[in-house]
Amino acid sequence: MTRTSAATPLSRQLVQQLPAALRKLDPRHLWRSPVMFVVWIGSLVTTVSAVVDPSVFAVAIAVWLWLTVVFGNLAEAVAEGRGKAQADSLRAARTDVTARRVAADGSESVVAGTELAVGDLVRVSAGEVIPGDGDVVEGVATVDESAITGESAPVVREAGGDRSAVTGGTRVLSDEIVVRITSAPGETFLDRMISLVEGAERRKTPNEIALSILLVSLTIIFLLAVVTISPMADYAGAPQPTVVLVALLVCLIPTTIGALLSAIGIAGMDRLVRVNVLAMSGRAVEAAGDVSTLLLDKTGTITYGNRRASRFVPAEGVTLAELTEAARIASLADLTPEGRSIVDLAVADTGATGTGAPLPDGAEPVEFTAQTRMSGVDLPDGRELRKGAGSAVEAWSGAALPAEVGAAGYEISMSGGTPLLVAERRAGDTRVLGVVHLKDVVKEGMVERFAELRRMGIRTVMVTGDNALTARAIAAEAGVDDVLAEATPEDKMRLIREEQSGGRLVAMTGDGTNDAPALAAADVGVAMASGTSAAKEAGNMVDLDSDPTKLIDVVRIGKQLLITRGALTTFSIANDLAKYFAIVPAMFVTAYPSLDALNVMRLATPESAILSAVIFNALVIVGLIPVALKGVRSRAADAASVLRRNLLVFGVGGVVVPFVGIKLIDLLVSQIPGIR
Amino acid sequence: MSDTVSGLLTIAALLTLLAVVYVPLGDHMARVFTSTRHLRVERALYRVGGIDPDAEQSARGYVLSLVAFSVVSIVLLLAILVGQAALPWDRGLPGMPWDMAVNTAVSFVTNTNWQSYAGESTLGFATQALGLTVQNVVSAAVGLAVAVALVRGFARAESSTLGSFWVDLVRGTVRVLLPLALVAAVLLLLGGVVQNLSDVTVRALGGGTQVVPGGLVASQEAVKQLGTNGGGFFNANSAHPFENPTALTNLLQVFLMLVVPVSLTRTFGTLVGSRRQGLVLLGAMGVLWAGALAVTTWAEVGGQGQAAQAAGAAMEGKETRFGEWASALFAVSTTGTSTGAVNASHDSMSPLGGGTVMAHMMLGEVSPGGVGSGLYGILVAAILAVFVAGLMVGRTPELLGKKIGSREMTYVALYTLVVPALVLVGIGTAIALPSTADAMGNPGGHGFSEVVYAFTSAANNNGSAFGGITVTSTFFQLTLAAAMLLGRFVPIVLVVLLAGSLARQRRVPTTAGTLPTATLLFGGLVVGVVLLVSALTFFPTLALGPVAEALTGAPR
Repeated sequence: MTRTSAATPLSRQLVQQLPAALRKLDPRHLWRSPVMFVVWIGSLVTTVSAVVDPSVFAVAIAVWLWLTVVFGNLAEAVAEGRGKAQADSLRAARTDVTARRVAADGSESVVAGTELAVGDLVRVSAGEVIPGDGDVVEGVATVDESAITGESAPVVREAGGDRSAVTGGTRVLSDEIVVRITSAPGETFLDRMISLVEGAERRKTPNEIALSILLVSLTIIFLLAVVTISPMADYAGAPQPTVVLVALLVCLIPTTIGALLSAIGIAGMDRLVRVNVLAMSGRAVEAAGDVSTLLLDKTGTITYGNRRASRFVPAEGVTLAELTEAARIASLADLTPEGRSIVDLAVADTGATGTGAPLPDGAEPVEFTAQTRMSGVDLPDGRELRKGAGSAVEAWSGAALPAEVGAAGYEISMSGGTPLLVAERRAGDTRVLGVVHLKDVVKEGMVERFAELRRMGIRTVMVTGDNALTARAIAAEAGVDDVLAEATPEDKMRLIREEQSGGRLVAMTGDGTNDAPALAAADVGVAMASGTSAAKEAGNMVDLDSDPTKLIDVVRIGKQLLITRGALTTFSIANDLAKYFAIVPAMFVTAYPSLDALNVMRLATPESAILSAVIFNALVIVGLIPVALKGVRSRAADAASVLRRNLLVFGVGGVVVPFVGIKLIDLLVSQIPGIR
Repeated sequence: MSDTVSGLLTIAALLTLLAVVYVPLGDHMARVFTSTRHLRVERALYRVGGIDPDAEQSARGYVLSLVAFSVVSIVLLLAILVGQAALPWDRGLPGMPWDMAVNTAVSFVTNTNWQSYAGESTLGFATQALGLTVQNVVSAAVGLAVAVALVRGFARAESSTLGSFWVDLVRGTVRVLLPLALVAAVLLLLGGVVQNLSDVTVRALGGGTQVVPGGLVASQEAVKQLGTNGGGFFNANSAHPFENPTALTNLLQVFLMLVVPVSLTRTFGTLVGSRRQGLVLLGAMGVLWAGALAVTTWAEVGGQGQAAQAAGAAMEGKETRFGEWASALFAVSTTGTSTGAVNASHDSMSPLGGGTVMAHMMLGEVSPGGVGSGLYGILVAAILAVFVAGLMVGRTPELLGKKIGSREMTYVALYTLVVPALVLVGIGTAIALPSTADAMGNPGGHGFSEVVYAFTSAANNNGSAFGGITVTSTFFQLTLAAAMLLGRFVPIVLVVLLAGSLARQRRVPTTAGTLPTATLLFGGLVVGVVLLVSALTFFPTLALGPVAEALTGAPR
């Protein structure tokens, strides 16, 4: 298998894609790009002219016009080639697999992966490939998802919760799971990915259509300008040969952007793929550039997610040791990171070895439920230990919180922490023992990234289930613009609608099934690959690394795509000025010798001037392929300074570069006998 | 006082006058087009027309009303021109030939005022007043209405309507144009412009007497300039001493051409809630106008061209009452406002000066453009600028909170395309015909320029002429009429549809990531887009006409 990857130098990629570029000379293909279609017709016309009335000049023009079309095709072929390489490696994962289907009675039968239907249960053991997309319904296993994410570290997939989704084509490394298949063969995530990166479903995006309309109308104007030159030139006594008119036309119409437009779009999608994000449509990538509000989940995105116990604050009349021990015992059965951090802190504080004394026999762990919002343990001696939020403990104890505990809780909340109350009930007598200070740690580098986003005019909203006080403290620490505290999925939805009704585009990430409606409503909804299939269906992008901070990269890539499009359009149009100065004096200098004054580049002869402009026009396409593929560097700065910089580089540069380029080419071309 | 000092003082006086009226007139117009009250005379008009003045129209309804009104206008004017012998004060003149009547009717309804006839020897007093002066007012009011509709497109959000064409037409006439025209007519009268219903017998320089036609000149003259029409009562237009007797009336006339288009940028700024944005657009218009003025004045005063150098000054075709400076000021203002009135012969200007006024029209009449049409023209250019520049800041483009999507871009692209297409096809067709060479007043590049000027002027609804060329053949009458008609109404229809599409959108809020458009940089960008689009379209055409001529420096 020959693979063209990003590691291959561009020059090699250009050579490798040459056959594909030549295949694209089919007019049915070129019709999609009206500008290049006009060049194609022009090439045909000049070829006929060159055959009928051969001269070195006519042949050279015809050859370079064909090359112009080929170069444009080459840009598209290289951009597509990169996607194909990605698709090939994905396809390798989709080898034919067999599946062990589990019937309702528990018996197993071996079937081909392609025969599976939605709802089938399959058993997958260590070393086997998961035959299709599904949710784990039984067991826990480590899974190697490198075929899809490129990430070599295995991930844990388990029944229930938001880590239950598995993807077809990935391999179970240890243990055994039962998976309920959620998508039919041929419609799996892997299949969708392959067709996406191959660009098979590529449609023009709204902005591409708008830009094409501009390019087509410019082409029509120039077509009229060139066609009407013919009678004007006749009147002036300087009739123009067809070859010259076609050369002028091709130089004037926006061939540079016309040739590179589709490559820019494909490369934009490809850049997303490179950061392991798959966009379901180009429209979503474009929308990412326009996003003005980012909804970010606090946990896992802004903070590390694991709130850790940092301090014990005993109530009046309770010793620190008493609180510490009670908190430790209440947390022993709690395997959440929070629970473990309490045990760790208690052990460290008391200096006990290991994890301290284990739970006594007969102790009953009490799980956290949404109703009680507490967890804890019932000890065999009748003592009940509970820990939970202030309001929950207050409700449980049936009495108002002691003033100093309330104050300590408030202070902790104000500092951005979470107060966790510990209470005990002994013989019907309930007593609040104190508060555990849980602290949320803001990820490194987030403050800078939010500042960057603010400069780009993007508002960040932190979404969290925490109370408003805690949320605001974290928000202040992280530097986000706004907070949605105690957020339910409905709140999130309402926020999205509100922002959108104000004309703002919203981006968010999500992984749970209850995120699905919000993901679908958001303009850019990035679902985590580790999330449920409902979330992945609802979003218009999937992040294979399941890294919610990626949203920021997505926005950057969206902006870069639009900037590249605008920059190359500007460059393309600005180029025309120099081409006029090359060609118009060359055309009419015999009729009006005074027009030689317009030949500011002092090009050698009329023929060399026209040919040089045509050659420059073709070469500039090749020269700009790297820009189209890599994208114009997008910097985090306000719009005015970005504009100033890009106008200088691509506007002013677009005016100046062709004067220099055409002159240099003329120095070479004028050496050719027959042109001189 | 030297010519230079008086020329500069004239320009300074003009700019001061414009600055003084900018805010009051701009805000007055903003109130006129947003007020919910109707004047008694307006109510009477609505009753006669059977119009509900409080019913709003969709873009489609607005366009249909506008087109219907204009078609009726053309037919009525055509009837007056052909049948003028039946009207009083006809001075015994016969009706116009049909092709000339079609050309003239289209010309005045489209606010072009291209004249293929000599006013004083072709038209009776009633025809001039009831036919031409009426159209001078209402054709300008149509332009004003379209501009206001586009402004509403930006100012409104999630609205399916653009206001009522009939109300905009009536208010623009009753509350803006007529009061201003009345004041202007009185001032012109005081300045010596005639207003009578008889011919005047004057003592000629040689001692004998001479009968000079008179007429209702001051009233027609006022609105001719104010409505950026330009159709002269007399063939000599504003070079005629009865139309434009003194340097003072000349200054007043230039002021009148500019005042409404300039003040409309204030109206726009006020209505969209960003007066700075209005100033930026005015700045862009002003830079183009000032640039053209500088080049033309330099060319004329410097006496470019061999003939002028031999004579010592470029006074051929100019009035000694005005001189080079005031002639250049008038020529640049008339070509920048789509007025088309002239106080000198553009044909006789230096190649560079004549080429500049020609190129000035090719910019699409946006410096500052005609009444209404200047504002919507520069707004279309601004959308074009924001489309490309907006992408370069990494967002899909938007102007004043409105997204420029493919629908908006289609209207803008067609708008940008249609007038250059008419000009190029017109020139191409005309120059290919052998008969055109006979119609030209001069051979070679200059003759070519005459043809270029004619189609540029017609399609851009300017109406001024480069002289020399004979345009009374049926070919020219009809092709130029077609250019005027399509050059006026195709863009208007596109602008109203664009306005409808903008009004339907919700407003996108401004953030730090939004391309700021009320800035100098953006103003510069608009200037750049206007210059680049016209330069790219007309470079070869100009090269074969005025550029070749100017570089040769040869006598015509």
